[in-house]
Amino acid sequence: MQNMLTLISNVFRLGNASKNVGARMVASTRSFADFTPQASFDVKKCELHRLDEGPSETAVLTREQGLQYYRIMQTMRRMELKADQLYKQKIIRGFCHLYDGQEACAMGIEAGINPTDHLITAYRAHGYTFTRGVSVREILAELTGRRGGVAKGKGGSMHMYAKHFYGGNGIVGAQVPLGAGVALACQYQGNNQVCVALYGDGAANQGQIFESFNMAALWKLPCIFICENNKFGMGTSVERSSASTDYFKRGDYIPGIKVDGMDVLCVREAIKFAADYCRAGKGPIVMELETYRYHGHSMSDPGVSYRSREEIQEVRSKSDPITMLKERMLSNNMASVEEIKEIDVEIRKVIEDAAQFAISDPEPPLDELCNHIFANNPPMEVRGTNPWVKLKSVS
Amino acid sequence: MRPMRVPFGPPEWRIGGVRFRAVAQPAVIGSRIGRRTIGPASSGTSRSSLTEDRSKMASIRCFLRSGKSAVSVVLRREFSKTSPAAVQVNVRDALNQAMDEELERDEKVFLLGEEVAQYDGAYKVSRGLWKKYGDKRIIDTPITEMGFAGIAVGAAFAGLRPICEFMTWNFSMQAIDQVINSAAKTYYMSAGAQPVPIVFRGPNGSSAGVAAQHSQCFAAWYGHCPGLKVVSPWNSEDARGLLKAAIRDNNPVVFLENELMYGVPFDLSEEVMHKDFVLPIGKAKVERQGTHITLVSHSRCVGFCLDAAAVLAKEGVECEHMDVVTLAVVNLRTIRPLDVETIEASVMKTGHLVTVEGGWPQYGVGAEICARIMEGPAFNYLDAPAVRVTGVDIPMPYAKILEDHSVPQIKDIIFTVKKVLNM
Repeated sequence: MQNMLTLISNVFRLGNASKNVGARMVASTRSFADFTPQASFDVKKCELHRLDEGPSETAVLTREQGLQYYRIMQTMRRMELKADQLYKQKIIRGFCHLYDGQEACAMGIEAGINPTDHLITAYRAHGYTFTRGVSVREILAELTGRRGGVAKGKGGSMHMYAKHFYGGNGIVGAQVPLGAGVALACQYQGNNQVCVALYGDGAANQGQIFESFNMAALWKLPCIFICENNKFGMGTSVERSSASTDYFKRGDYIPGIKVDGMDVLCVREAIKFAADYCRAGKGPIVMELETYRYHGHSMSDPGVSYRSREEIQEVRSKSDPITMLKERMLSNNMASVEEIKEIDVEIRKVIEDAAQFAISDPEPPLDELCNHIFANNPPMEVRGTNPWVKLKSVS
Repeated sequence: MRPMRVPFGPPEWRIGGVRFRAVAQPAVIGSRIGRRTIGPASSGTSRSSLTEDRSKMASIRCFLRSGKSAVSVVLRREFSKTSPAAVQVNVRDALNQAMDEELERDEKVFLLGEEVAQYDGAYKVSRGLWKKYGDKRIIDTPITEMGFAGIAVGAAFAGLRPICEFMTWNFSMQAIDQVINSAAKTYYMSAGAQPVPIVFRGPNGSSAGVAAQHSQCFAAWYGHCPGLKVVSPWNSEDARGLLKAAIRDNNPVVFLENELMYGVPFDLSEEVMHKDFVLPIGKAKVERQGTHITLVSHSRCVGFCLDAAAVLAKEGVECEHMDVVTLAVVNLRTIRPLDVETIEASVMKTGHLVTVEGGWPQYGVGAEICARIMEGPAFNYLDAPAVRVTGVDIPMPYAKILEDHSVPQIKDIIFTVKKVLNM
């Protein structure tokens, strides 16, 4: 229940730049007596590695949860499309790696863990930044490099942080040992928390990931290693990069689960299973989420030189995670078409407001330039571009 | 006391069998501050009219904007020849053509890195090469720098001549052990038994809006290590000549390109376009002659120095009360081995030194140059302390206004020059 409240508050952070969990529970859901309050759905059986039992093959979804998941995923989708638009208008610059198509992964994971658990990922991080509690306003303002951004404009697309969310990392592979380290801290402090460390199919071959596997298994760290397999590492398909594309088996001595990453319920059930496994002190577990990104690797990649437009279109029409959830709810009378439309309209407004803020908020002040070099340090002097420019730095 | 002539020999090099030599400029006797002829080949003795100067300035501005080399007037060929046809080539294409020609010339040369083959290169530097040479010579690697850098060095041990691309030099930190311990030190450790003919290349330094983890300059880090040659080209001629030289060199070469320079076009002469055109590694180039102050730089900042020189020259002309200041601009081209002689020669003429780089100040390229000048004969010719213009000593911020203030701008160079010259 606490989960749900937090999730709803996340979504309704309309004009609130702070990260506090607000108590703005807006009841937009008209509870008609004839809506089904909850239903059970079959989810795809997960392929298992070194496990006798796996995640549940049925998922119970309540109407509230369904609407929530829909709202959050649709917000993520619209936010990424807005970022696309702003990038093409050159209001966002530098790197911009979009997450649309993969929403079920972020949503499913967040639905299956607690807000007090930890998460770290690589550069395709806008979705996770949102599910981990940062408002759309603060995300878009960070992308446009303004002072209202979650990192005050200093981090950019790949470097957004929140409580129990460690970014956003630019050099792929590095985030996995970092995640294992967070898990070590959880074990050390005995707080029964787990860490979810995400990486892609491209990074899955990095040596440091295998080093993390070894230590996590050796020391039974409560770390869930998740490979988001979207079939391409930049322009290189999995067949061309990996001698073994069974990413869920790559942990070798670590048990693994292969999950349908386009089905938010499948992801949720799997992560619940994995989190329980880790919390029981059994050690780490590896998950592979099979998913797909609609955009290219980044905004500078059209995404069609290494795959066909037909393939993208096929995934969009047959396996879109948001459409799948919507259809499930509609066909089980858990929501009405009008209700969904209303949610879409509300989300559109949230995104528009956030984009407006992101465009009109001023850039960070120049005296911010040298701050945050060291923590807990007395103010110090920083050399500017020449010896006569002495800038000030405070912690 | 300043010398009447340059004590060290002027730089000379060969291009397709033709020997070129830079003509040393006579030093100016007497006050530096006085009316001088402006222009790249400042001989410093005659006085020309204001209108002549203005038209020269206009053409110089055009010259500099199109990025043409400003030293052509200083060169005197060993035999007379009509001016060769120039072709416009941007830095990306210069690198591409250099690699293409070297791949063709020597079967043992091959390229490996992320997205270099079927994607045509993350920045399109290797465009068309995979189509032409195929899987054996142009290899797409997984995202595993430590692994493929090690594989590349191993291939070099066994007789091949790899070009190992890092998508950016920031990613080389994952592989730095292989670059330093396996490549740089091996010839020494084996007492000459095992050479390592490898080139590591990729874009270095800041770009536009790519934030802290993607904007670091590695010139100082790699320039610190004996056994490595470290090269940092500025324009297309540098890129072409130095890459060919690096590939032909039997030593490990760290080749630091610049992403923002890839699309910039420069005119290249027929000589430069010759398939055997190489530039010597370890030799700096005087891009612009000057008599008041020496600016030493590498990579993209060379362009800023030339722009600053043009601005100051123009200012001097248009503000009649202001003295005309001419800046000598030295393009290092190579970080290690450092061409101290060329820098010293210029400093001994001008008496003032400013180094300009994009990297951080502490323990940087500029710091090394200042130290070497202090330790050498040029120190006695300095009329003011040598000063460094560098990036700000902070991780690179993302927001545009902050990023713009984190790297040296032309105005910073001009400000520093005026401070040093007490203007």
